[in-house]
Amino acid sequence: MGRRVIEIDGVSKRFELSSHGTSLKERFVHRERARAEQFWALRDISMSVDEGSTVGIMGRNGSGKSTLLKLVGGILKPTAGTVRVQGRIASLLELGAGMHPELTGRENIFMNGAILGMPKRELERRFDEIVEFAELEQFIDQQVKHYSSGMFIRLGFSVAVNVEPDLLLVDEVLAVGDENFQRKCLERVRRFQRDGRTIVVVSHSADQIRQICDQVAVIDHGNLVALDDPAVAIRVFREHLLEDELDRRARSEAEERPSQSLASEDIVDRVDEPVSAATHGAAQEAKRNLRVRIAGIEFDYAHKDERRYLLPGEALTITVRYTTDESIDDIVIGLGIFEHATGRPIYGTNTDILGTPLTTVAGAGQVTFEVSFLPLLDGTYPITVGIHSHDEATVYDWSEQRTWFEILSPDRTSGLVWMPVEAKSSGA
Amino acid sequence: MSTRLGTIGTTGPETAFAPDVALRIVAPRRTFREHVRDIVQYHELLASLIRKELKVKYKNSVLGFAWSLLNPLLYLAVYYVVFDLLLGSAITAFPIFLLSGLLVWNFFATSLIAGTSSIAEGGSLVKKVFFPREVLPLASEGAAFVHFVLQFFVLVVVMLVVRWNVDIRFVWLVVPALAVMLLLAAALNILLSAVNVYARDVKHLIEIVLLAWFWLTPIVYQWGLFDSRLGRRGLNWIVLLNPVTSVTLAFQRGIYNRTTASDGTTVLLPGTSALWYVRNLTIVGVVSALLLFLAVRVFDRLEGNFAEVI
Repeated sequence: MGRRVIEIDGVSKRFELSSHGTSLKERFVHRERARAEQFWALRDISMSVDEGSTVGIMGRNGSGKSTLLKLVGGILKPTAGTVRVQGRIASLLELGAGMHPELTGRENIFMNGAILGMPKRELERRFDEIVEFAELEQFIDQQVKHYSSGMFIRLGFSVAVNVEPDLLLVDEVLAVGDENFQRKCLERVRRFQRDGRTIVVVSHSADQIRQICDQVAVIDHGNLVALDDPAVAIRVFREHLLEDELDRRARSEAEERPSQSLASEDIVDRVDEPVSAATHGAAQEAKRNLRVRIAGIEFDYAHKDERRYLLPGEALTITVRYTTDESIDDIVIGLGIFEHATGRPIYGTNTDILGTPLTTVAGAGQVTFEVSFLPLLDGTYPITVGIHSHDEATVYDWSEQRTWFEILSPDRTSGLVWMPVEAKSSGA
Repeated sequence: MSTRLGTIGTTGPETAFAPDVALRIVAPRRTFREHVRDIVQYHELLASLIRKELKVKYKNSVLGFAWSLLNPLLYLAVYYVVFDLLLGSAITAFPIFLLSGLLVWNFFATSLIAGTSSIAEGGSLVKKVFFPREVLPLASEGAAFVHFVLQFFVLVVVMLVVRWNVDIRFVWLVVPALAVMLLLAAALNILLSAVNVYARDVKHLIEIVLLAWFWLTPIVYQWGLFDSRLGRRGLNWIVLLNPVTSVTLAFQRGIYNRTTASDGTTVLLPGTSALWYVRNLTIVGVVSALLLFLAVRVFDRLEGNFAEVI
């Protein structure tokens, strides 16, 4: 028999945006303008969460997902509507909240535990476990100001997960500490799940959401746009991202930017991890003499009209169109595929390697790269196209990670590479 | 646009909250009663925060807690030199007179100064964790109160050493006076801490106000100074508009307990019965309670965006 843990009923949140300070004079001077700068972070959200489920909240930065988590945690009050929560909440919104650098680790455990609402007696009972989990046995009576940042985070996390909450709120903090500690954190989240506790995770990492959540809510511009299985919700999330991307592309085209390319900062802005500096590519781009120009890069796949992403294992055709005013015989067209999150090249080839060397080109033409089976999982994959001489000393044109395709996986597989795998079991 | 997409979980829409467990309701408004209930529920956090404030204050200082005892003694030395030795105050046993009013004033002032900025300086605590925010100003007051108790203990020791006589008919006034002081300080702390989040001027303003307030309260000088100027015109009630005066007078009557100076004519304290003091304290107590109610209402309106403004 499950029971209700969270009930969000018609919740809206409005912020007054004030860029100016908080002194009386400034308030007085800016009071007209302040009235105009209102912003609805959330609009009429209703949903409920039952005991034992792990719910993900996805959305871009500024979509309102963290605001929703703060309302559930009671840190902010809604402008309208109510949030009802039953049971003890521990939030990993901020690890080590209220800890004071002048106090020792021991004193801070009690401080932090009290803030998270744990009775002192219970804290005393679990004290050893907390210290052990944080791996701080030797340092527990030292002032926290002498701790490294890693130690501080471990201590905070350890208290948070050991207060035995009924509801755990997590805001993208599973990426703290070293790898070993991260694994421990994930294990602890899984133990919570096995114990039938309720978890709400805010993230924009589809991988993380897919790994731990049963259900996902997608927030876009303050509206709840999906509440579904991870696979479906993540697709909705991506679609909203792409929607925005197209809007932006349309806008930037209106501003007369080169039509074939998106500026690379758009990519950076869109997904939060930075593109690693492609120094080789940047150098090549700088060298281009434009005797042959890339006229367009196009993607073709089976359901292009219905969706803006591919599924793992689908076929993809990449068409590179070029134009030149001369006749050039020393020419190679190269293709590179990158993983957006890390900037790592995952595939590189060119017309020579593929055994279809180009002969003399003149005027306009095109080369198609046909990928019959795309063995990739979720993600954004920028591509690089280069047109250069055989020895790469002359670069005619180069487009470094300015276009990309997206892959959405319908199942919960995680990682980078998609391959057909079957599990078989046999009795013992 | 309304987005009602249903329930997450395995049990379907008929699931309900458990009937026997307290619900935390996050709504645009909470009633006074709910505020009080939440604060009581978080009394352990309040205690922890008070402990923390005390520990942190004297961490790494050689004298530690001794500072909070030295502080009033230093005040005493300065006022003694200026008022008793230089200006020749008419008050006999000036140190006892001064301390009986000064300690409770110090509690009031330090609690207000710390309390006013407590939420604005609450930092990550307010931004990231749920708890009734009133706990912060109340913790500042609690820490100030602990200091007061220590200092008061020193005063008691001094009184025992010099064999100071107190009158059993008046000494109990200290207890209701203290209760009223705690209530008034709580009301002001809750009000000012919330307002200060939105207008940081309050923090600076309160320091100046407290300075004026201190000199308008008969602590360093005697009540009789007012009485001799205003009493003749029947205006000495004006002095009692200052709520702290009622409190310090009760303290002075309870501890110092001399209504006239040794010259026999200078009035130090009202020579009225204890009832007069109780009446004043009752009025201040009722006003403070109303102020507390108002303060919580204002707090309720302002607290919704603390986490964003700080």
